[in-house]
Order: sequence, then structure tokens, then C-alpha cells
Amino acid sequence: MKKLLAGTALALMASGGAAMADGHGVTACLITKTDTNPFFVKMREGAMAAAEELGITLNAYAGQVDGDHETQVAAIETCIADGASGILLTASDTSAITTAVQQARDAGILVIALDTPLDPIDAADATFATDNFEAGRLIGAWAAASMGDAAADARIAMLDLAVSQPTVGVLRDQGFLEGFGIDLGDPNRWGDEEDPRIVGNAVTAGNEEGGRTAMEELLAIDPMINVVYTINEPAAAGAYEALRSIGRENDVLIVSVDGGCPGVQNVADGVIGATSQQYPLLMASLGVQAIAQFAADGTVPQPSEGLDFFNTGVALVTDTPVDGVDSVSVAEGTDLCWG
Amino acid sequence: MNAQDDYESAAKDAATNVAEFADTRKSPIHRIQHALHVTPSLVPLVVLIASLVMFGIFANNFFTPFALTLILQQVQIVGIVAAAQTLVILTAGIDLSVGAIMVLSSVVMGQFTFRYGLPPEVAVACGLMCGALCGFINGFLVAVMKLPPFIVTLGMWQIVLATNFLYSKNETIRSQDIEANAPILQFFGTRFEIGGAVFTYGVVFLVILVMVLAYALRHTAWGRHVYAVGDDPEAAELSGVNVRKTLISVYMLSGLICAFAGWALIGRIGSVSPTSGQFANIESITAVVIGGISLFGGRGSILGTFFGALIVGVFTLGLRLMGADAQWTYLLIGVLIITAVAVDQWIRKVSA
Repeated sequence: MKKLLAGTALALMASGGAAMADGHGVTACLITKTDTNPFFVKMREGAMAAAEELGITLNAYAGQVDGDHETQVAAIETCIADGASGILLTASDTSAITTAVQQARDAGILVIALDTPLDPIDAADATFATDNFEAGRLIGAWAAASMGDAAADARIAMLDLAVSQPTVGVLRDQGFLEGFGIDLGDPNRWGDEEDPRIVGNAVTAGNEEGGRTAMEELLAIDPMINVVYTINEPAAAGAYEALRSIGRENDVLIVSVDGGCPGVQNVADGVIGATSQQYPLLMASLGVQAIAQFAADGTVPQPSEGLDFFNTGVALVTDTPVDGVDSVSVAEGTDLCWG
Repeated sequence: MNAQDDYESAAKDAATNVAEFADTRKSPIHRIQHALHVTPSLVPLVVLIASLVMFGIFANNFFTPFALTLILQQVQIVGIVAAAQTLVILTAGIDLSVGAIMVLSSVVMGQFTFRYGLPPEVAVACGLMCGALCGFINGFLVAVMKLPPFIVTLGMWQIVLATNFLYSKNETIRSQDIEANAPILQFFGTRFEIGGAVFTYGVVFLVILVMVLAYALRHTAWGRHVYAVGDDPEAAELSGVNVRKTLISVYMLSGLICAFAGWALIGRIGSVSPTSGQFANIESITAVVIGGISLFGGRGSILGTFFGALIVGVFTLGLRLMGADAQWTYLLIGVLIITAVAVDQWIRKVSA
């Protein structure tokens, strides 16, 4: 894992140096789901820093809330009118946005999907993202290995993102189940698994309030839940509060995905057992460099080997490592955390 | 005294009772209509009991102390905000900024403690004042500037929410930090048990708040003024009610109650999270409407709102325990809202 990170960092510097030559006069757009989530705030910081370094003008746009599709379409239209060379996009509605994306590509703009793949994934020229399935698989494998033989009788709560099943939520969910050793059914949907160890799926909207309510609902179905998968760390913090209110916070294993600073701190405090950390800063700066490269010589970025997107890396953060699952310590996770 | 001046004897056969609204229509439907007109919280109470019975029969684990008290815990935030919403709607207004005021107040409580190092008690007081101030701005714009409440609070919703995100930088304050340094912020999350049922101070606060407001609205001059202003502001003005002052007091009180909801929110989710409560305005209006409060003002009881919030909670958990898709909850709540307003229109005809 560390090797991959070091590798991408090296690649970053190399391509940065190459693009440095003639980045001037180039405009790029960054369109995020919201500008309030720390993940996107960090992404914007990364993009701004890289743009400044390369002498590119970067315009940032964002929807008002997660799911605000219209604002994103308007932002793409603005970028086309502006004559931008490239667009970095984290789409709210991954399939509906493709028409607007196609317009931009027809206008000769390089469109890179950041963090969230479009549906279909080849609707964008390239995708720079966390391998969300791998992120889920890591925490699933870690949870199963930590429980040992007890994993065979686990009572699992699945705290997902939203009923509309956005790809990022499905990938993490299904990755977790695969890592834990549960038969997936259709890997493009969560909730169709037959395994009796799964108590149920509930949606959290990815925040503390939703996490707590969802956990309470599942505890009402089965109070003996002992493994909790959560879509992200705020949802995990909410689930922990629900468990604490019935005095079960110490005998339940919570795993999560994100690697935000409060989340990593929660791993240190034992609230979360392990979390898969992703790297929004790197994602954004790589994206800006790819646009500079494209503007200079027309190179379109290529996906990572064996994947249909460019993997910006993921690492399991825990202080109780298990055999067979690579992980980094909380101290290392804290150095790289965002938000 | 001659016979011509004996007016008293001339009037001796006249009716002596005071002018009254005699209910001469006696069909069962009219009786129901009349009963509902007199006691507007009756409909939601019946629906609440019916839904409890229905889910008790069809959903597993529903009639357990855990599930039943869980409903109370899950509706406490919406319930408190809906109490604030009720006051505003009784004056024929609407407050779209309730959720935003709640979140901003909780953020002020958290950030004042952790960013500026103020004693948590002072930070809580600042948070409560922040809520009351937002409410005052709403009230001033509605009562003095005569702007429509819908527009004023639509604007304030955006302003307060943006302030919240700008000020907090969307940073969450972790539950563990609050517990270690400022446990008073989590006061409303304190639990106690009565025979296997778990209650929190937040739930107790909700119940007390509803009781106090029910008393104030029914038995104090201020409460009657609130109804009068909602029913017909001009008539109220002519009868000597200070409409402006009453409206400002209602919006300020609403803001203050929202700030308390923000405090209770910290107790519920443990942490201070600027992204919480995004839909509290819609959820509170839902509870108010299902609770039988007339959106045209001047009619309804705060107990109805309490029942309305509980109905939403019962449906949400009950359907969940039956294993239904979450969308069914929204669909059924939509049906309830329209039914509630239809019943309200029907009751209004009793006076026509």
C-alpha cells in the first residue's frame, strides 16, 4: 500500500514537471457535489494548489446539496462557454449528467470523473477514484479476521448511503461483504444477499443523525448485532451513539470508509475498529495535472492496470492489524487524513 | 310609574339566557364534525392509536419497551422543532428556517466552547441567544416590515444555513471530545430507565415543553392573542391586541425553542455536526399538518402536533420492522398529510 502511494506521488511529480512547461492560459473547472463536505473542501484545496503551481486558472463550482443535479449541469455549460480545457467532476447524478458531459467532450474538453464514476464509466474520458470495492473489501476482511471463528455466527448491520443506491455506496457495501466472505448475489445492488448473518440494510445519508437512526432501526430488529459496516465515518459515529445508549458500545465491531481526521481519531479512541482511508487531495491534484498535460499535448490519462479507472489509492487504518490484510497505523493515518 | 313605562314587565317573557351558538344539527356526522371543531387534536390521537394497534399486530418486536421508547427518542428533535413551528403556524405564518436555526445554534454552542474556550454553560447560553436572535429577525421582518412569512423565512433559511457552513467550515466536533471537555452539551442525551423503558432528558423536555405551551396557549392572555392574531389580525388589532408585539414574541420564542432543539440534537447524536437537520423544516411542517393545525392560522392545538410527530415516528419504525422499503414510509406520510388537510377543510365548514 505504501508502495502504491509513493508510486503515485512520484508519478505526480513527474507529470507535474512535464506539464509545468506550458500551462499558462489554460482554464480548468472543478465541479463537486457540494462545497460544504470536508472531503470536497479538501479536494478543492488540492486542485487549487496544483493549479497555482502549474499556472492554470481553476474555476470551482458546487451543488447546494448532495443530489443537486441542475446546478452541476449549469456549471458544465458555463465551462463549455468559458472555453475550458478540462473539467474535473464529482457527479451527483451519475447517469443523468452524461448528456451534459457528452456536450463538453464534443466541444473538445477533457472530462475527468473524480471520486464517483459516471454510469456508464466510459462516459468520461477518465476516472480518478478510490477503489471503493477494495476499500470495502479491506474492512470486510479485517472484520472477519479480527472475529476469527465467531465470524461464522456474526450478526451484521449494514448502514448504507441512500435508497437510490449510488455506485460508491454499492461498491463499498459489496466489497465489505466479499471481504467478510458473504455471497454477493448481484454485485451491482445491495440488499439482495441471502446470508442469514445479515440483520438488515438501513440508510444513513452519510451523517451522524442518519447513522444513529439507522442503527436504532436495525437494533430494534435484532439487539444482538455485533458487526456494523458503515458507509462513512460520520455514520459510524452516529451508530456508536446508538450502541452506547444501550450499553453495547464495547462488544460491537464498527468498520468504516473515508479516512477523515475525526474518523481516524475515532479509530485511535476505539470507536471505530478500522477504516479504509482515501486521498481526495491527491485525486484532485492528479486531475489538474492530467488536464495540463492534455492541454499541452493532447494526452488522455490511462486507467490503472486491471481496472477501468485510475486508482488513487486506499489504505486500511487500524492499530490492531491482522494477518493477511495490509494496514497502516493510526499515526500514519493521522498524517494523511483530510478534513 | 305608569304602565307604559313598565319595560321590565314587557320583557318578562323574553328568553333570559345569554347569546349562544346552539348546535341544532344532530346527525352523527355533524356531531363528529362538531367534536372535531371543539377538540382539533382528536383526529391525530385516533390515527396514532390506530397505527399503534396496527403495527402491534403486524410488525415483529413492535410492542417492546425498547421499540416504543425508541419512537420517542427518534421524534424528540422533530417534536421540539414542530412545537416551535406550531406557534408560528397558529399566527397564519410559516417558518422554513427552523432546521437551520437549530443547527446554527448547536454549532455556536460547540464552537464557542471548543474554538474560543468559553465555559460550556456560557456557550450554551450564547447558542440559545443565537436562536432567539434569528427568531427576532424573522419576527421583525414579518411584523414590522410586513413581509410575507414564507418569503422571510425562505430567505433566512438560506442565510442561516450558509452562515452555519461558513462559520463551522463544516467541521464536526467529536462526541468523545465533548464528553471529556463539555458534558453539559450532551445534557439532553442523559438516559434513565423506568422498568426496561429507556428515556432521555430530551424526551422529557419535549413532553414538558408541549405541556407548558398547551397551558400558555389556552390559559394565558398571550396564548389567546396568538390565536386571535392568526384568526384575523385586523379584528385582533381593533380589539386591542398588540399584533406587532405578539408576532415578534412568537417568532422569537420559536427561534429559542429551535435553539433548545439544537442543544437536544447534540445530546442525541453525541457530536456537533453542521450537516444534521437538513430536513427539519419539512419534517416539522409535516408533523404540524398531520397534527391537525390549520395552515390558515388560528386553529389547532399543540397536543395535535405532538401526536402528529409521534404518528410519523410510529409509521417509520413500524414499516421498518415489517421490512418494508423506506419509500413506503414517505408515500404513506404523503397520504396522511393530504388526508389531514382534507379533514381540516371539512371541519372548517362547521362554522359556515
